[in-house]
Amino acid sequence: MSFFNVLGVAGSAMNAQMVRMNTISSNLANVGVAASSAEEAYKAKRPVFRTVMDQQSDHYTAGVTVDSIGQSDKPNDRRFEPNNPIADKDGYIYISNVNSIEEMVDMTIASRSYQNNVESINTAKKLVLQTLRLGQ
Amino acid sequence: MSLLQDPFGIHGRALSLRDMRSTVLAANIANADTPNYKARDIDFKSLLQNGAKGQMQTSDFNHMQSAFGAEGGDLLYRVPSSPSLDGNTVEMDTEQNIYADNAMRYQATLTFLNSRIKGIKTALRGE
Repeated sequence: MSFFNVLGVAGSAMNAQMVRMNTISSNLANVGVAASSAEEAYKAKRPVFRTVMDQQSDHYTAGVTVDSIGQSDKPNDRRFEPNNPIADKDGYIYISNVNSIEEMVDMTIASRSYQNNVESINTAKKLVLQTLRLGQ
Repeated sequence: MSLLQDPFGIHGRALSLRDMRSTVLAANIANADTPNYKARDIDFKSLLQNGAKGQMQTSDFNHMQSAFGAEGGDLLYRVPSSPSLDGNTVEMDTEQNIYADNAMRYQATLTFLNSRIKGIKTALRGE
């Protein structure tokens, strides 16, 4: 019965969306965090999703996995704050490159995708239960 | 009497095709944010009429039966109505629409099967 595959497929997507939510919350937590060099400064993290085809049984179950977690290559802003204890020798501090508006939008999309998968699991569950009651 | 010779008729195969189609559509919904994923679907009507193309024969107990042909030959690609930058062709509204439609038709098939079973039970009891 492939409705059980729906649970696996949608579950893998929920898992991936959850990783995305986690990276978004760590990005949001690091908005405006300063560091003393551009290398040390926080860079926004982004998960990259990949499709996992079920090669063993058939070709129609395609789940999702997190392939890797990339970093934003947007240059970090630097600010002249010579009195800051972590400022470098020229008096600059480097701010994390997180754009909080981008992150909020991304969070909305992630939560919508998560809800879509919950809905498809609910429908599948309802149909499985009806099928089990067949002929009664 | 055909009710007892082939009690479920086309509904058995329809039910299993609807079941498989739901997985394909759920995979589309699951991959809505995966770059370069291409939305897929099956042609329900032709699969129901002709059976799976190039379906593999099982010659051993351990072979598993698949409703779709080898290499997923019966899985088609959906033509998107608008392109996206990341190469993903899943359109969530379309997919949800079709998923709901498929679930509704699955329930309809279940209702048909239930009424067949009721009919056979009544006939067997001879009341």
